Amino acid sequence: MANKEWPLWEVFIRSKQGLSHKHVGSLRAADADMAIENARDVYTRRSEGVSIWVAESNNLFASNPNDADSLYEPSDSKVYRHPTFYEVPDGIEHM
Amino acid sequence: MTELNISILEQKFQEKIDNDIKIEPRDWMPDNYRQTLIRQISQHAHSEVVGMLPEGNWITRAPNLRRKAVLLAKVQDEAGHGLYLYSATETLGADREQTIDDLHSGVAKYSSIFNYPTVSWADMGAIGWLVDGAAIMNQVPLCRCSYGPYARAMVRVCKEESFHQRQGFEIMTTLAKGSPEQKEMAQDALNRFWWPSLMMFGPNDAESKHTEQSMKWKIKRHTNDELRQMFVDATVPQAELIGLTIPDKDLKWNEETGHYEFGAIDWAEFWEVVKGNGPCNKDRIDTRRRAKEKGAWVREAANAYAEKRRKRKAS
Amino acid sequence: MNALFEYLIRLGDDSLIIGHRLSEWCGHGPVLEEDIAMTNLSLDFIGQTASLLKYAGEVEGKGRTEDDLAYLRCDREYKNILLVEQPNGDFGMTMMRQFLFDAYRKLLFERLVNAKDETIAAIAEKSLKETKYHFKHSSEWIIRLGDGTEESNRRVQDSLDTLWRYTSELFYTDAVDAELIAAGTIPSMEGLEEDWEKSVGEVLSEATLTIPTNNWKQEGGRKGMHSEHLGYILAELQYMQRAYPGLEW
Repeated sequence: MANKEWPLWEVFIRSKQGLSHKHVGSLRAADADMAIENARDVYTRRSEGVSIWVAESNNLFASNPNDADSLYEPSDSKVYRHPTFYEVPDGIEHM
Repeated sequence: MTELNISILEQKFQEKIDNDIKIEPRDWMPDNYRQTLIRQISQHAHSEVVGMLPEGNWITRAPNLRRKAVLLAKVQDEAGHGLYLYSATETLGADREQTIDDLHSGVAKYSSIFNYPTVSWADMGAIGWLVDGAAIMNQVPLCRCSYGPYARAMVRVCKEESFHQRQGFEIMTTLAKGSPEQKEMAQDALNRFWWPSLMMFGPNDAESKHTEQSMKWKIKRHTNDELRQMFVDATVPQAELIGLTIPDKDLKWNEETGHYEFGAIDWAEFWEVVKGNGPCNKDRIDTRRRAKEKGAWVREAANAYAEKRRKRKAS
Repeated sequence: MNALFEYLIRLGDDSLIIGHRLSEWCGHGPVLEEDIAMTNLSLDFIGQTASLLKYAGEVEGKGRTEDDLAYLRCDREYKNILLVEQPNGDFGMTMMRQFLFDAYRKLLFERLVNAKDETIAAIAEKSLKETKYHFKHSSEWIIRLGDGTEESNRRVQDSLDTLWRYTSELFYTDAVDAELIAAGTIPSMEGLEEDWEKSVGEVLSEATLTIPTNNWKQEGGRKGMHSEHLGYILAELQYMQRAYPGLEW
C-alpha cells in the first residue's frame, strides 16, 4: 500500500454544449471524485470545458493497430455510402 | 521476432515518419525510438516541474497583487505542463512514479537553467523573457513531432505559454523604464541569465550525440545551433528596444548572413551544471524529494480511503 | 470609524492572508495535481482580495488602491482572523484550516449575496461560486484523511485539535457588523454559527474525527491583535514595497 501509485485516469472534456466529449489527456487520482476535481483544475484552467468525463485507464479497451488493415480498409471500397457517389441531374439543388 | 521481420517493421515505420504520419501509442515502434522519447519527454517534464522552484521562490514576495496572481498562474501552468508531459511518457509505458524517482536519484536530467538562483524580482522578468523565450523556440517545432501524444501535449503547452514570455518582457520593460535602481536590477538579471539561456539549446551540433537520429525520426526538427541562432536573432532587438545591453562584447550584426554573431559559450560551465555542480542543483532536487516524501502519507491515505469505499460499496 | 470600510478590510484581509499561505505551497504539493489545485484556490483568494480591498479603498475615499491597502499597512491595521494566518504545517493542517474557513465563507457569502450594497452582493455572488468548490474540495480531503490510514487520522485529528481554538473568531461581531446590519447594508447573520456547526459536524463525523472538548478560544485578529505569525507573512509580502518605496512594478 505504502508505495502504490494512484490509478491513472483518462480525461474527456466537452468544450461547449452541443459538442461531444473529447480526450484531452490523463492524470492520477485515488478516486473518481478526485479525478473529476483534478481534471477541472488541470485541464480547464482556461475555460476549456463545461463537462468532464473521467475513466480509469485500465477500464478502456482499444483496438489493435495491427488489425487496422482488416478493421478499417474494407470500408474504403464502399463508396456507395457517400452521397457524392450518386449522380443528380442538373437543376436539382437541394438533395 | 526474427531480424528480417524487425527490419521490415523498421522500414515501414520510417516510411510513416517520412510521410508525416504520426506514430500513436499502440503502433509498433523501434525500441530506441521509444527510449529516446521517454528520455526526452521525461526530461522535459522534469524541467517544467523543477522549473517551478526558481520562480516559486518569489511568489510570496511579488510586489503587487497583479504580479502575484500572474506569477502564480505561470508557475501553476508549469506544473500543468509537467503533468501533460508525464502523461505523454505514460503512453509509452513509462511509470510516472519511476520517472520521478529517476529525477530524485539524479539518473534523469532536466534543463540546467533551473540550477541558477533567483536573487531579485527582476529575475522573474528575465526568466519569462529569456528562459521561456528559449523554451518556446524549442517547443514550437515539437508541436509537429512524429509522436502523436507528445505533439498534442506540446500544442497545448505552446498555446498556454504564449503569456509566459510576454509577462516576463512586461516586467523587464517596466523595470528598464523605471528608477535607476530598477534598471540596474533588470540589467543585472539579464547579465546573469543571458549565457545560461543560450546554453538551454544544448551543446553545439558537432557535440550533440542525439541530434542526427532524432531529426531522422522527426522528434527534432531543427538542430541546437539553428534554434540558438533563431533565439539570438529574435532577442537582441528586444533588449535594444528597452535599452538593456546584452552581456556579450563579441555580439555583432552580420549584414551578409542576416544573423547576429555572438561570442563563445562557456561549455565548461554548462557541463559542470549538467553534472550537478551548479549553484542550486542540490537544493532543487532536495526540495522536490522532500515534497514527495512529505506527501507520502497523504497519497497513502487517499488510497486507503478509496479502498475502504470500494469495499463498503461492494458489501 | 467607517464601518463599511472596516468590514471590507476584514473580509479582504481574510482572503489576502489565506491566499498568501496557500501560495506558499506552490511547487511543494503532495502530488502535482494537488499542487495545481491549491494554486487555483490561492488565485481565487487573490482575486477576492483585489475586489474587496479595491472597494474598501473607494469607500474610504482617500485614494488608496487595493495594492496600497494590501501592501502598505502596519501589522495592527490588518484585520484578518487568527485562523487564516496559522502556518501551513503538513498538508492535513492546511486542508483542515481550509475546511474550517471554507465552511464559514460559504455560509457567509450565501447571506451576503442578498446584501443591499450592490458591490458587496456582486463580489459575494462571484466568490460564492468559488467558495462552493473550495468547500467541496477541502471537505473531501478531510474525509479521505480522517477515514484513511491510522497515521492520516492521527495527523488530521491533531490539526483539528490545534485549529479548533481559532474557530470562535469566525463568528466575532462588534459595532461594525451591528451598524451595517442596522443600516441594512448587509443582511442579518443570524444562524450563521449554528449552520456552520452543522455543516462542519457532518463532515467531521463522516471523517471519523472528534470535535475537541477544549473550548478555550483565541481571538484578536478582527481588532488587529495577531499571533506572532502575521509579522513574518508581512515581512515577505511587503518586502518589495518597503525596500523600494513608491515604485511601479
